[in-house]
Amino acid sequence: MSVVTVQLGQCGNQVGPELLSTLCDDSGGAGRGPYSELSRERFFWEDSRGMLVARSVLVDMEPKVISQAVAKASKSGKWRYWEKAHFCQKQGSGNNWANGYCVHGPRHEEAVEDLVRREVERCDRLSGIFAVMSVAGGTGSGVGTFITQCLRDVYPNSFIVNHLTWPYGTGEVIVQNYNSVLTLSRLYQLSDALVVHENDTVHKICSRLMNIKHISVDDINKVIAHQLGSMLQPAYTADSPTHYSRNPIGELLSSLVCHPEYKLLSLCNIPQMSQTSLAYSTYTWPGLLKHLRQMLIANARMEEGIDWKVSVLPSGGERAQTRRMGFNRSLSNLLILRGKDVSSADAGAFKDPALYVSWVPPDDTFSSWTSPVPFNGYEKSATLVSNSQFLLKPLDNIVRKAWNMFVSRAYVHQYTKFGISEEDFLDSFSMLEQIISSYTHL
Amino acid sequence: MTQSVVVQVGQCGNQVGCRFWDLALREHAHVNKKGIYDEALSSFFQNVDPRRSDGAGGGAPGSRISALRARAVLVDMEEGVLSEVLQGPLRQLFSSTQLISDVSGSGNNWAVGHHSYGGVYGEQIVEQVRRAAEHCDCLQCFFIIHSMGGGTGSGLGTRVLKLLEDEFPDVCRLVTAVYPSAEDDVITSPYNSVLAMRELTEHADCVLPVENQSLVDIVSKIQHMAHSGKPGSVIKKDCTIISGQGGVSRTEKPFDAMNNIVANLLLNITSSARFEGSLNVDLNEIAMNLVPFPRLHYLVSSLTPLYTLADVNIPTRRLDQMFTDAFSKDHQLMRADPKHSLYLACALMLRGNVQLSDLRRNIERLRPALSFVQWNNEGWKTGLCSVPPVGHSHSLLALANNTCVKSSFTELRERFVKIYRKKAHLHHYLGVDGMEVGGFNEALSSLSTLIDEYSQLDSTRTAPTQDPPRLNIAT
Ligand SMILES: Nc1nc2c(ncn2[C@@H]2O[C@H](COP(=O)(O)OP(=O)(O)OP(=O)(O)O)[C@@H](O)[C@H]2O)c(=O)[nH]1
Ligand SMILES: Nc1nc2c(ncn2[C@@H]2O[C@H](COP(=O)(O)OP(=O)(O)O)[C@@H](O)[C@H]2O)c(=O)[nH]1
Ligand SMILES: [Mg+2]
Repeated sequence: MSVVTVQLGQCGNQVGPELLSTLCDDSGGAGRGPYSELSRERFFWEDSRGMLVARSVLVDMEPKVISQAVAKASKSGKWRYWEKAHFCQKQGSGNNWANGYCVHGPRHEEAVEDLVRREVERCDRLSGIFAVMSVAGGTGSGVGTFITQCLRDVYPNSFIVNHLTWPYGTGEVIVQNYNSVLTLSRLYQLSDALVVHENDTVHKICSRLMNIKHISVDDINKVIAHQLGSMLQPAYTADSPTHYSRNPIGELLSSLVCHPEYKLLSLCNIPQMSQTSLAYSTYTWPGLLKHLRQMLIANARMEEGIDWKVSVLPSGGERAQTRRMGFNRSLSNLLILRGKDVSSADAGAFKDPALYVSWVPPDDTFSSWTSPVPFNGYEKSATLVSNSQFLLKPLDNIVRKAWNMFVSRAYVHQYTKFGISEEDFLDSFSMLEQIISSYTHL
Repeated sequence: MTQSVVVQVGQCGNQVGCRFWDLALREHAHVNKKGIYDEALSSFFQNVDPRRSDGAGGGAPGSRISALRARAVLVDMEEGVLSEVLQGPLRQLFSSTQLISDVSGSGNNWAVGHHSYGGVYGEQIVEQVRRAAEHCDCLQCFFIIHSMGGGTGSGLGTRVLKLLEDEFPDVCRLVTAVYPSAEDDVITSPYNSVLAMRELTEHADCVLPVENQSLVDIVSKIQHMAHSGKPGSVIKKDCTIISGQGGVSRTEKPFDAMNNIVANLLLNITSSARFEGSLNVDLNEIAMNLVPFPRLHYLVSSLTPLYTLADVNIPTRRLDQMFTDAFSKDHQLMRADPKHSLYLACALMLRGNVQLSDLRRNIERLRPALSFVQWNNEGWKTGLCSVPPVGHSHSLLALANNTCVKSSFTELRERFVKIYRKKAHLHHYLGVDGMEVGGFNEALSSLSTLIDEYSQLDSTRTAPTQDPPRLNIAT
């Protein structure tokens, strides 16, 4: 089964190629047999000369980023984008969600749908659509939301997962919180799951774990691609313990999104380090899993600086106390283990019912996938995809800041100009307050 | 890729504009060595067949450069500056139809420029802009350049601004306005400036005020440093910020050094729209990010490096110094004090060898010393363009929407009131058809309202900051 990726806006068109490169490189190792075949079939097709062509559609409202993405892929010599798979215009959405959603989206709906349809038709079977974008700009967020809505209409029975990059909390687009609120509130109703990377978290990983002195946008995207790749590459699941599961998106959703009120997924992984340190490090599965579990319960998104004092509190306990202790409660978790001796790894500690909210049946809370093939150069690698309170605080910050701005009505005229009214804002706010409340009360 | 059209009006507008064209050519020649008419060039230049008069036939982006023509309309009601352009080294950039001039000038009278010449030439100017627009496949922005103190630029320039708003409501209007110094020779400059301000407040999307006094200060400091030759503060002879070396023009005229600084501002503000980068800032993002309320669209700009020329391999400390400098007064193109006023929003537009982590580190470092308005505490817009300016490895343009502009505007108002109280020179204005006393009072009250709006926001700076209560939902 195959996945069609749709890259939207600058961020989508920079993260997308990085992800595809990671997938392509990882599936390229010698002697990887079915793993490699499956991975390739999932994300690429082969042209008449045997070159891998991404099952991707590239969409932006300005041409510069797409031409760079296309050139970068071709230069790799290993894979490329299909020459007719991109759609761009001349002028970006100017960081204005309303411009993307109300103007550019509807205007180019048909062209983009056609491109997606062609890729979908090329797949023997479609596992799902993976849309990659940021929430802070105007194109990825606004056009991305609109296109997700169209695809939802055209493919009512297919899975659609959105990968969202959240902006630095210290600010990089001034209306980023408005654009985020408008995007998230709508996508929450359209998408099957929202997989989120915060630039802040990834930046810290680059500086503290990877020891990168001058962190570039590329460096950030490589870490994102690594985590996503580990989630999307073939693995054995509980249902198919001896051969690779064929439906990555479907399996992901059935493991993690058991209730439509909760669909914010985040990722963390271990180990994560520079290439040079990697050569001198060895790990044991129990050691890795012990750290990863503490990262989960102590709400730490990377291995460094984990608070070991946080411990699991029983469900239904005093809520204020839970919060004070910094305990991160989950709805569900998916553990993905890749590499050497993976069959010996014991994931029992992640099954502890106390980690989870009590109203979800224990069978639905935890899943694990494994693959004996080392991933992306790591002899052993563990990734946790979590539907938990991980994103509660950043989400609350986005909504708080957007609301502060909205109360003063600053910048609102830029949105009403394109047809987004104050009521539309209010609807989005109340929608997100609802989500915040739901996750708070886990 | 989008295109922009420059409308330069009056002596100052044209002199600054021509420095921009010269340095823009130099910058593109530096990046584009193959003589191909690329997308970047197409944003401000047309590729034309010089034998044809209709400004076409030179080939689309990707073909060889045949002849470049500036996407510009040059307007002056005096012949001098424009006829110099026609005889000067840049003459090939413009066809004679792009130049609109008269003989007698506006006599430093806003009313003459705005009403008399506006009536006579308005339509013709718009027609020329329309032609330039027809040669664009996606017109994004008008760059209007003029001074505030004279008659033509301030009067006719602002008239054109309004006409463009009517004719091209969707195209962003970005005005570079040169403000007179207090010792300006033009006695009526306060009248002209205040009358023009009202038009800018009502009809521009963004205004970049540039004060001549700041330009004078910067140039003299650079020249002083160049001559003192202190070790460690070496200024290369061809300091690109004030020198036009490498451009087409050879001789330097009196205002050139000052105007080169303004030209650099324009190059930097448009760089991310012209060249690639890992965080692009398109021109339509500037107003979107920096203008929270439509009238409050005056942006204080600072350029770095101005005084020292960096080596190719800058150690981190030097790079950080560049960010610090962008928040120091002597790098601003306006004499105001943003550090002791309130930021409504701030953009950092970087060029060259600068990484994301440099940007984030410096934002965190600088932020504690700055006050931001309560509802925009993280009000930063950031951009990374990979092509640096000629002669530098990196550069930074900071654009601040800050309440400090009110002090400059208040000063201007005082100068206006001083002569207005005596009714000095008023009859020159009132004698012009279309100009009435009401116009003066309305312009004055428009300016006062603007100052009040900035003051009101500024007064929240010391107020205790508290988040408003969140939206309640039924759970
Ligand atoms: N992680 C990551 N974030 C990026 C990248 N490119 C842009 N962003 C983030 O995306 C946000 C800005 O959105 P963009 O994707 O640039 O905007 P766009 O979708 O192209 O929309 P417009 O340019 O407004 O039309 C900011 O939060 C950036 O930090 C990238 O390559 N990687
Ligand atoms: N920075 C700068 N200011 C100028 C230049 N020429 C004139 N000025 C200023 O512009 C004002 C006079 O306006 P000017 O442009 O000469 O009048 P106009 O031709 O009627 O618009 C005065 O404040 C001058 O100091 C110039 O080339 N550069
Ligand atoms: Mg963009």
